[in-house]
Amino acid sequence: MTAIIDYGVGNLFSIRSSFRAVGEDAVVTSDCNVLEKADRLVLPGVGAFRDARKALSESGMENCILDLAKGGKPLLGICLGMQMLFERDYEDGVYEGLSLIPGEVRSIAETIPADLKIPQIGWNGLLFRNKSRLFKYIKEGDHVYFVHSYHATGCEDWTTAVTEYGGLLTASVERDNVFGTQFHPEKSATVGLSILKAFVEIF
Amino acid sequence: MITKRIIPCLDVRDGRVVKGVNFQGLSDVSSPVDLADYYSRVGADELVFYDITASSDGRKLFTDILRETASKVFIPLTVGGGINSLDDFDRVLKCGADKVSVNSGAIRNPSLVKEAALRYGSQCVVISADVKRVDGVFRVFAKGGRENTGLEAVKWISDCVNNGAGEVVLNSIDTDGVKKGFDLEMLQAVCDAVNVPVIASGGAGCIDDFVKLFKTIPKVDAGLAASIFHFGEVKIPDLKRELAANGIGMRLVEEM
Repeated sequence: MTAIIDYGVGNLFSIRSSFRAVGEDAVVTSDCNVLEKADRLVLPGVGAFRDARKALSESGMENCILDLAKGGKPLLGICLGMQMLFERDYEDGVYEGLSLIPGEVRSIAETIPADLKIPQIGWNGLLFRNKSRLFKYIKEGDHVYFVHSYHATGCEDWTTAVTEYGGLLTASVERDNVFGTQFHPEKSATVGLSILKAFVEIF
Repeated sequence: MITKRIIPCLDVRDGRVVKGVNFQGLSDVSSPVDLADYYSRVGADELVFYDITASSDGRKLFTDILRETASKVFIPLTVGGGINSLDDFDRVLKCGADKVSVNSGAIRNPSLVKEAALRYGSQCVVISADVKRVDGVFRVFAKGGRENTGLEAVKWISDCVNNGAGEVVLNSIDTDGVKKGFDLEMLQAVCDAVNVPVIASGGAGCIDDFVKLFKTIPKVDAGLAASIFHFGEVKIPDLKRELAANGIGMRLVEEM
């Protein structure tokens, strides 16, 4: 069973539906007991980092999530949920992340030419880097759906895919049992579902 | 590189797709759920559901359909029609919408875009404008294109973007339904003024119209159409293949 962490942020309905579509039982929860019983966790998120970070802190689940992730339970962060896995975030200030993966989250404006639109909204191809267990069923160049203005930097050792948007942006990371996708697998049609299927099959 | 998007628009009234549809391989062509699933399988990059229901019963039916669609179709869903308040945003977002498109609601209540962007993020707020030339000036029309608001369109759209709208759907009333191509002049004017994604709507009649759109205005991000897709006059796999052959970045899928 997959537990989708509900701290009041994100399109949880679609995430739950996409796990169910690959045959995985998925529940939306804000109960640490349920997180403990779950086989794996998903940390979603959209919107501004500061608000989401505050909501997670105030949810009472932060220590529980950290303990479980450090204890080896698989954790997948999606979009802003991925950005929270890193040490620091520079969206309208400087904020501490969960520090499960070394690296910092910075504006894509520092990487791409000024004439490109921010946020990046749309389908872009994956360029593989370090090998990922999430990509068992997909191939390099497959398209996934992005909506973001920030991305993870300084995490090359853990980067499993990047995407080209006037520069190379971090698309996914993987460190032991902790995974992150900057794109939305739950909105990326069959390619996205294949990634979720691979995630539930890993452990 | 990021691809251009092809977006079918489904007008839904009392739980059914209007504008009639004519499809092979679909048992119930006016079921929004079946049609959305079909479009997703043939490679639509995103879907727009437009609620043109007047009654509250119809509105309830619409959200039921939205929920069912979002549980089966895993591409981005934009929902519009009857969005006048933050409660309306909340209602459709809880049912699985990813983005919410505001039209008349933003004209009536100029702070709606700003409030929605603060609460849900700009990525969630789409400004949809029906625009028509009046004495050579682009004007915003309300009430489904029936009422001239007198607002100058490019300025009004820019203001909405500055207030937090993260995407623009520009529907040209002048070219809508004519099927002789998108309104390139109007689109260029808006693309020059804003730096968020612009979705072209109104006027597509054939594959060439999309080729011309993306070739002439590289800043346009997506092309939206309804009846030509519903009637099968333009088939999405053919359209995307032809665009790709013309050097336009496309997400090509193998039909399942």
